[in-house]
Amino acid sequence: MKTEYDVVVVGGGPAGSLAAKEASKGGLRTVLLEKDRDIGYPVRCGEAVGEKGVTQFTPIRDSWIAEKITAATLVSPNGSKVDVKFQKETGYILNRRIFDYDLSREAAEAGASIFTKAYVKGLLKSKSGVQGVSVDYLGEEKNINCKIVIGADGLTSRVGRWAGLNTLVRMKDMESALQYSVSNVDVKANTMVMYVGKNFAPGGYLWVFPKGNRFANIGIGISGKFSKEKSAKQYLDAFMKKEFPDAAILTTMCGGVPCAKPMVKPIGDGIMLVGDAAHQVNPMTGGGIAAAMKAGWIAGQVAVKACEIGDYSEKQLEAYPKRMFKEFGKSHNLFYKIKETTEKLSDNDLNSIAEKVSNIPFDKRTLTSVFKAAVFKKPSMIVDVIKVFAGV
Amino acid sequence: MIHIKENLCDFCGTCVAVCPADCIEVREASISIEDESCIDCDLCVEICPIEVLVGDNEN
Repeated sequence: MKTEYDVVVVGGGPAGSLAAKEASKGGLRTVLLEKDRDIGYPVRCGEAVGEKGVTQFTPIRDSWIAEKITAATLVSPNGSKVDVKFQKETGYILNRRIFDYDLSREAAEAGASIFTKAYVKGLLKSKSGVQGVSVDYLGEEKNINCKIVIGADGLTSRVGRWAGLNTLVRMKDMESALQYSVSNVDVKANTMVMYVGKNFAPGGYLWVFPKGNRFANIGIGISGKFSKEKSAKQYLDAFMKKEFPDAAILTTMCGGVPCAKPMVKPIGDGIMLVGDAAHQVNPMTGGGIAAAMKAGWIAGQVAVKACEIGDYSEKQLEAYPKRMFKEFGKSHNLFYKIKETTEKLSDNDLNSIAEKVSNIPFDKRTLTSVFKAAVFKKPSMIVDVIKVFAGV
Repeated sequence: MIHIKENLCDFCGTCVAVCPADCIEVREASISIEDESCIDCDLCVEICPIEVLVGDNEN
């Protein structure tokens, strides 16, 4: 580990790896610091992603895919199930452990140095802004000087706070999430199942994502607005007991999903935040992989440009949020609005939407038709909702 | 003051993101709360998915 680089990336998830790869490709001396002993582990994710979200950066490898998703089953509060076939959309349930690992290898192959068990415990600052990090590496404290710090340190992010950026997530926007990876379960292949309503998951949803061969991710996210009365664990355990009493839980993982609007100012002098650290999660679905990759990719390129002209000021780095909002930030703001509308649907509304959709013949049933039915309840949703599911 | 059932903690850091006092630190396999900075708002207690944190009020 050297004491000086052009760019320090904190965190080795998809956002950090893409940022490190782009910065290295642009000729910058780049180091990526990961606090854990492994890149990609522990996984804290439902692992679902849309095909295009990944393929725009790198071809999908077979080893990354646990299951291809071509249909969804939506379960309403009274238990009615509505199957919907995807038309153009294709999704995947990934093996994040392998996926993240390979993305970091791409960064390394582009020239980035990578260190694990490297915990960043503070920022080095001067009058002109952030200019390095202090890192605890293998029990030794070191200072690394740099021109730009890219904070890809996820939900536990304190890099942003140390830089004086407002990274606090409001309780109502924070999903308290828990997931079990389970074997010995009968789940329909290629189909993601989502349960909605107050009994299953208030202010969020409960998911069953197949991962091949009687294996699945079964998880839940509930809004922090409701988690005081009853925890995510209590909801999920009740569900497991009822629906999958014979499941063997091979992994338990928990986490939070910042289903907020993307941070308006994820930058400062000498610093950029990307991914979960900058609340770049689709607030409607809780999916963050595609946005994180895109943000890391942009931030890496903006760092290259900044170093080219020797200006690391907030003003120079504004190119990053500007492009980010154009690419996905604006739609995330829109999804946030839709989330606020759908939150107002009562369990009765959801049940009657499910009933309406199940009357549509299966072949003609599309995600669009589901939401046409939803719009019947809340007409203002129409345009917004269709955009959500056509895009991303 | 917040009490931590550390043997139950998954070190996911959800509490860090909602703490208005920035007094929680989560590392690879450790969690600590600076009692002096803690303002006893209990938001970390409310958001924890697996009930690792306990506030004084619940004792």
